Amino acid sequence: MNSVHDIGGTDGFGPIHRETGDSVFHEPWESRVFGMSMLGAGLAPIPLDARRHQLERLSPVQYISSTYYERWLARIDAALVEAGTLTRDEIDKRMQMFAAQPDLPISRREDPLRAQGIGNILRAGRSAARKIRQQPRFAAGDKVVTRNLNPHGHTRLPRYARGRRGVIVAHHGAHVFPDSNAHGLGENPQHLYTVRIAMRELWGDSAEANENLLIDLWESYLERDKTAATSRALKNPSARKKVVAKTLPPAVVRSLARSRRGLGKTIRRSR
Amino acid sequence: MSDHESDQGGHHPRPLSSAALRAKAIESLLVEKGLLASDAIDRVVEIYEKDVGPLNGAKVVARAWCDPGYKRRLLDHGTAAIAELGFGGLQGEHVVVVENTPKVHNVVCCTLCSCYPWPVLGLPPTWYKSLAYRSRIVREPRAVLRELGLELPESVEIRVWDSSAEIRYMVLPQQPAATANMTEAELASLVTRDSLIGVARVEAH
Repeated sequence: MNSVHDIGGTDGFGPIHRETGDSVFHEPWESRVFGMSMLGAGLAPIPLDARRHQLERLSPVQYISSTYYERWLARIDAALVEAGTLTRDEIDKRMQMFAAQPDLPISRREDPLRAQGIGNILRAGRSAARKIRQQPRFAAGDKVVTRNLNPHGHTRLPRYARGRRGVIVAHHGAHVFPDSNAHGLGENPQHLYTVRIAMRELWGDSAEANENLLIDLWESYLERDKTAATSRALKNPSARKKVVAKTLPPAVVRSLARSRRGLGKTIRRSR
Repeated sequence: MSDHESDQGGHHPRPLSSAALRAKAIESLLVEKGLLASDAIDRVVEIYEKDVGPLNGAKVVARAWCDPGYKRRLLDHGTAAIAELGFGGLQGEHVVVVENTPKVHNVVCCTLCSCYPWPVLGLPPTWYKSLAYRSRIVREPRAVLRELGLELPESVEIRVWDSSAEIRYMVLPQQPAATANMTEAELASLVTRDSLIGVARVEAH
């Protein structure tokens, strides 16, 4: 979805404030929100892709004005009320209680077996790699164009990288496809590639030279860059006939046989 | 992120922020309903505060600097090489390690959320998750790095890795000059979190 989380290339956020020290939580409640979220927060288990999409669906104003763990908290809060696990009223009343008595400890319930097992669960992880029968459409070195996709749901193709030309630099096998998995529509694993895109391709002349983006994109985000194939063919007459025959209509191929200069014109028209 | 509520242990507690109140309310309700165990939350927090952090990544880098065979395995098959040192798991199921050289500098980000290689770097620092870093590093990396104190001439290619899938990236920084006689443990102590993300060099001090 085209919302504010998709922030790459947006202006106006000012300098980067690097905090000193190594603490990963700045206030105790942040660590509790992290812990609760990692344990599922009393919600039915959903894939990580769906949890990411819940964060994206926070209102743009709330997303921008919240700190990182405030967003995590808002996600849990909204999902618990939506699921009916907690009511809005119940949460509000309990907040009032803690506001009136800030020293009141949080209730505790121990489950030592569960607590002991967590290290192993985290250590095991959960791979997104899957085996599929379909052969990869691309290989390292292939020139590609990212598609101009604008789904209203979850996607991992950021806006700033859509409709751009790049080169495949790695193939990672097939991985779970977030765009469907986030919506309960199945894992639909697809081949995943790392694509190199020049910063000047992304941002035009405002980008500095000698800077490249490397981004991981699923196969359905990509198309073969046919203009690259054609320009290669123009430089290499022996390959020209073959590539042109594949990518251009027959009438154009015939005119190419008559005049090389004519090809440039025809390509521009046929785009 | 505000720090004004972090003062703990006073006799007159300050009023809690709305977020702190909501977090307390939700935790207490879920615990009372038997949906969460308090010690399980404690344990998760403890693991990421104490056990899993950038020291893991530093050990990986120091080993690579000392052992060319390990370095090759690390660059070819990051996840497996990292597992040789006992690290792995959630948010590090597929790790790719990218090498800084005199001609290429790598820097890692996640523009869409906060993806980060947990088993080797722990949880990301706040600045990595900030809107400023996420929005700017893919647009003007050389300027951002300069702002963060890392000056790179135009002759150095900058590669920005946007972690848009479940591949996680860690930078193998350049070994500083005049550290050839150091032990692996001494080298590991030089390696900072920021150098593993790619926003700093490793300094020999």
